[in-house]
Amino acid sequence: MIVNIVQLTNQFSSSVLDISCEPQVPFSDSGKQELIMAKSNASDAQALVRSLRSAYAATPTNLKIIDLYVVFAIATAIIQVVYMGIVGSFPFNSFLSGVLSCVGTAVLAVCLRIQVNKENKEFKDLPPERAFADFVLCNLVLHLVIMNFLG
Amino acid sequence: MGAKAENGPKPPPPVSSPPPLKALVKLKTKQQELLIRAAALALIYVLAFAIRLFSVLRYESMIHEFDPYFNYRTTLFLTRNGFYEFWNWFDSESWYPLGRIIGGTLYPGLMVTAALIYRALRFLTFAVHIREVCVLTAPFFASNTTLVAYFFGKEIWDAGAGLVAAALIAICPGYISRSVAGSYDNEGVAIFALLFTFYLFVKAVNTGSLSWSLASAFGYFYMVSAWGGYVFIINLIPLYVLVLLVTGRYSMRLYVAYNCMYVLGMMLAMQIRFVGFQHVQSGEHMAAMGVFFLMQVFYFLYWVKDMLNDTKLFQSFLQITLTCAIGVGTLALGIGMASGYISPWTGRFYSLLDPTYAKDHIPIIASVSEHQPTAWSSFMFDFHILLILFPAGLYFCFKRLSDATIFIVMYGLTSMYFASVMVRLILVAAPAVCLISAIAISATIKNLTTLIRKKSKAALTVSSKATSNLKASAKALLDQSLPFQRNGAIAVLVGAFYLLSRYAIHCTWVTSEAYSSPSIVLAARGAHGGRVIFDDYREAYYWLRQNTPPDAKVMSWWDYGYQITAMGNRTVIVDNNTWNNTHIATVGRAMSSYEHEAYEIMQSLDVDYVLVVFGGLTGYSSDDINKFLWMVRIGGGVFPVIKEPDYLVNGEYRVDKGAAPKMLNCLMYKLSYYRFGEVTTEYGKPTGYDRARGVEIGNKDIKLEYLEEAFTTSNWIIRIYKVKPRKNRW
Repeated sequence: MIVNIVQLTNQFSSSVLDISCEPQVPFSDSGKQELIMAKSNASDAQALVRSLRSAYAATPTNLKIIDLYVVFAIATAIIQVVYMGIVGSFPFNSFLSGVLSCVGTAVLAVCLRIQVNKENKEFKDLPPERAFADFVLCNLVLHLVIMNFLG
Repeated sequence: MGAKAENGPKPPPPVSSPPPLKALVKLKTKQQELLIRAAALALIYVLAFAIRLFSVLRYESMIHEFDPYFNYRTTLFLTRNGFYEFWNWFDSESWYPLGRIIGGTLYPGLMVTAALIYRALRFLTFAVHIREVCVLTAPFFASNTTLVAYFFGKEIWDAGAGLVAAALIAICPGYISRSVAGSYDNEGVAIFALLFTFYLFVKAVNTGSLSWSLASAFGYFYMVSAWGGYVFIINLIPLYVLVLLVTGRYSMRLYVAYNCMYVLGMMLAMQIRFVGFQHVQSGEHMAAMGVFFLMQVFYFLYWVKDMLNDTKLFQSFLQITLTCAIGVGTLALGIGMASGYISPWTGRFYSLLDPTYAKDHIPIIASVSEHQPTAWSSFMFDFHILLILFPAGLYFCFKRLSDATIFIVMYGLTSMYFASVMVRLILVAAPAVCLISAIAISATIKNLTTLIRKKSKAALTVSSKATSNLKASAKALLDQSLPFQRNGAIAVLVGAFYLLSRYAIHCTWVTSEAYSSPSIVLAARGAHGGRVIFDDYREAYYWLRQNTPPDAKVMSWWDYGYQITAMGNRTVIVDNNTWNNTHIATVGRAMSSYEHEAYEIMQSLDVDYVLVVFGGLTGYSSDDINKFLWMVRIGGGVFPVIKEPDYLVNGEYRVDKGAAPKMLNCLMYKLSYYRFGEVTTEYGKPTGYDRARGVEIGNKDIKLEYLEEAFTTSNWIIRIYKVKPRKNRW
């Protein structure tokens, strides 16, 4: 009985919604199509964002930490570029070394993420300790070169 | 123990060790193979070193040609004054009065390498002179290149191909031409660095390991420090990545390899002052950056596609991202090129894409003989049978496509294109041609020998067993139906070995005859077959060193500048660096003007001595009279008062009586032929017969008003004149 009432109200609400969604003033056909397309795009985008969010929530925590580090590095790079836009690029080597150190650590972190991710079949017999050691070594070299170039 | 009784403990077995040969045979097959491989590699290493020593044995241990003298002078400075002085060196002894910032305009890899080897040998108390180290650096690195070629061949195909590649590149004339003992030039070290970088990168792509990518970044750094041809690497590797992405061979290993190498390599490369910020500002390096950003977008999309398992949503996401990325990318590139921030391709490299560009616009580049397009005879001379094996190797590579073989195919094709545009770049194509030909040789010989061995085995089994098995009988029938297959295989094998032996003979002959001359010491056969040595160049430079004041300035054509500063130790006006075209044009104008005009130019440049190379007495054909038209063209390019048709008669270049009057009275003519009209050069010919041009000269009675003859070498090859000071007013 209650189920029937619920079903009825569902049908009623959907029909009401349909009626309320119908525009009172008749538009032209293309206008109607545009509106429907815009709505479908918006709903598509919402569905996209939702599914992305749900898929991303399923990744393990260690990978999420690496992703956070990558985002932080790229944000720092963007801040530096904006600062350079305001102030000018005079010691160009300093600017380049700053931006490239951010981009470099971001890229190396992404490489680490690729190598540590258990879903990648190409790297399944690479122990994560070796991947991390490579990451540390490359970062060391990168930052030594940056310090030489900083001026 | 058992029913059988033993007479007592057995006597101990004989303790003598088996003779070495038996011990060798007792080794397992795998160890035998390893021993054979190691022995072959060691022999190839020694061979590569030994074949480059012809000029040291025939003449003496000295530096050849022109450019190596500059490298020698800078290495000497480095060992005496240390790295800091070297890196910040401003040289006021060349390009008077401008000077040259040497520290910021050279590639330090070669000098630092030689200095390190020198320090290491000194540390081990070998008292070598830096000149010996410089002379033998190129052969040493050629031997190392053979080792790298072995490992590279092993990575691409298998160990057999690696061994053949090492053997081929040890004696390939295209490589020997720039790496003989005494040719102390950037290419000797750079080809090793090139092949090493490529090997490390291919290894990184195959394994996907960050440490191999780091190693390839260091290899790239060494290449950048050694030679300006590093632009080839920074364009080939992005092109390779693009081809892999397009053919669908993208993988996580490629991402790791390219990104780590690009970012770290770029950072390291910017430490060299001469390269500076070119990696972010020059059009030649933009391909690498473009591919870098493309990879980020591509793999980001790949990751999102993996996460979303819904194709429809992904399509919309793909569209949005692609339009954004392409829009931003083209906008950035457009703004960069339009505002001039990203400089277009420089003339040196643009002339590789458009070979006619240099002839019309940059005469200095067009005048160098090494920059001319390559003739087929040069290809045959430098590669011999490798030229025929190259397409065969390409066929084998296409049969077994993998990431590594795609790389070597691309390297081979692009380098062959550039080698056909410019003779000098045959050197860059040599390793690729050797590797691909090695694949062809190794695969063919392997197939032939397995054919031979399989045939004999099958015949044996058929004859020993009873043929109850249908398969065996069918196989036996098949084998018997081609009775000459085995003989054919043996014949082809013999033919292959014959070709390879001819290759070895050709390479040795070419090295001995064509590529082992020091260019600074000339040799000829005398009338009775004995060897005659012309050591005029060094005679003249040492005369300059010992008989002129220390602050004397010498004007000569730019070819001889490095040698004069290194051996004569005097200041020069222009030298081989050719960084200032106007200065060279000024010298060209002085050489092609009448004597009083040239005197004004020489006074403005503070010239004390003028040096001229003349080959009329000996028949030496690389002298200044033969180069004179280039002086006119370069001078005329900047000073329109010098017009080339003034020196020609009906478009013909002549020095005899029918020559143009301006030619007969210009400074170069006067300085070359001063007093030559009195000399009899050949029996039966009139006096003043120019043996290099084959004519009797037109103006035999030359009087010099503003210069006087200071020194002429024993065979008249170098003539030095002193510029007279201005006459007093009364």
